[in-house]
Amino acid sequence: MKHPKKAVALISGGLDSLLAAKVVMDQGVHVEGLNFFTGFCVEGHTHAIRTTRTASRQSSPRNNALWVAEQLGIKLHILDVIDDYKDVVLNPKHGYGKNLNPCVDCKVFMVNRAQTWGFMQDGGFDFVITGEVLGQRPKSQIREKLGIIAKDSGVQDRLLRPLSAKHLDPTLPEREGWVDREQLYDFHGRNRKPQIALAESLGFEDWAQPAGGCCFLADPEYSNRLGDMWRARNKREYGLDDIMLLKVGRHLRPSPNFKLLIGREEGENQYLEGYKQQFTHLRITSHKGPLSLLDGKATPDELQLAARIVARYSQGKMDATVDVSIHHPDGVSEALTVAPMPPQKIEKHWHV
Amino acid sequence: MSDTQATPEALTLDVRNMLCPMPVIKTGERVATLAPGDELSILATDPGTLHDVPAWCRVHGHTVLATTQEGRNITVRIRVEAP
Ligand code: SF4
Repeated sequence: MKHPKKAVALISGGLDSLLAAKVVMDQGVHVEGLNFFTGFCVEGHTHAIRTTRTASRQSSPRNNALWVAEQLGIKLHILDVIDDYKDVVLNPKHGYGKNLNPCVDCKVFMVNRAQTWGFMQDGGFDFVITGEVLGQRPKSQIREKLGIIAKDSGVQDRLLRPLSAKHLDPTLPEREGWVDREQLYDFHGRNRKPQIALAESLGFEDWAQPAGGCCFLADPEYSNRLGDMWRARNKREYGLDDIMLLKVGRHLRPSPNFKLLIGREEGENQYLEGYKQQFTHLRITSHKGPLSLLDGKATPDELQLAARIVARYSQGKMDATVDVSIHHPDGVSEALTVAPMPPQKIEKHWHV
Repeated sequence: MSDTQATPEALTLDVRNMLCPMPVIKTGERVATLAPGDELSILATDPGTLHDVPAWCRVHGHTVLATTQEGRNITVRIRVEAP
């Protein structure tokens, strides 16, 4: 009996990768999904951290990649690539997009990983599928870049983009007849209508709509925070805790010496509680207020400044004084009574 | 084949304080070392685990035996099924 061909599909949780996998499955190919956890993913962690904000943004905290896999009836393998992905973020051969998003190198990494993963499975996999659409993203999905991704990943013509296949040279799966090129698509550019029409014709009624990009690196505010962290440390590096904390709270750098990280709501305060042993942290003791972490080293005057800033975000912000306790990682604590800083004194450029 | 000699009740995965999708990733890694019929209790604190681990089990064909939540503490008990 002839064995069906097998393909690894990169599943982000968005509509394009869902459709790409589906149209290949419908041609009798055995498809399994792969999803990479880089630490910068928009999903997952943010749901857990931002309790109230999440509720207003998305009705259910589902993992969209798993949800897509369920809709398709395929297995989904989620891989932790946090450490290996660092080189992609820190040294992208093809540079960054508009923000600190190294999209071309990121795709090269993921497609390469998909192939390697496929090789390691019982019986192996024959090709890799992505939901890339020619011309959809101005920098990473132009024809030249799609070629670079296929070449640099080492996957070459075993990389099939079913949604734009008719605009691209026939790949090995098409030439060998593993998939019928005629039944693939010619989507192109930023117009999403063809994808939506295809989704509807395939019976999908619900899908995730990631705005802007699939990860925080494509977010200007987040990229700005990451750049600020590298500048402050004089070193381009990060750990998982660093990049997680950049997603949480208000960040203010009133001095080159330190940054304040101030919880904006209960979920964030809870999350920051988990880090309080590693940082100097400030609590409001006279009123309700956020938990704040101080990243860096502050002089006594700067601690006073930090306490005044934090007090401004407490319920005592209109009062003459607010009590703040400061706890250092060595176990030493001090108590300050400060005048909350008036909003107009909080400099715009402090916000990162 | 399982590479563990543990009895089913001894199989526990502690992913407390990890945020999604780490509990699911760790569950997948652990299940890969277990044999069909093994039962694994996943201890977690991220409420996303209540959605994600059952969803992961559904796509991989494993069985969720029970989910319990007491305060912040979540336990999801699953049975590993044959691939
Ligand atoms: S937006 Fe982020 S995850 Fe998506 S391709 Fe670019 S770098 Fe990769």
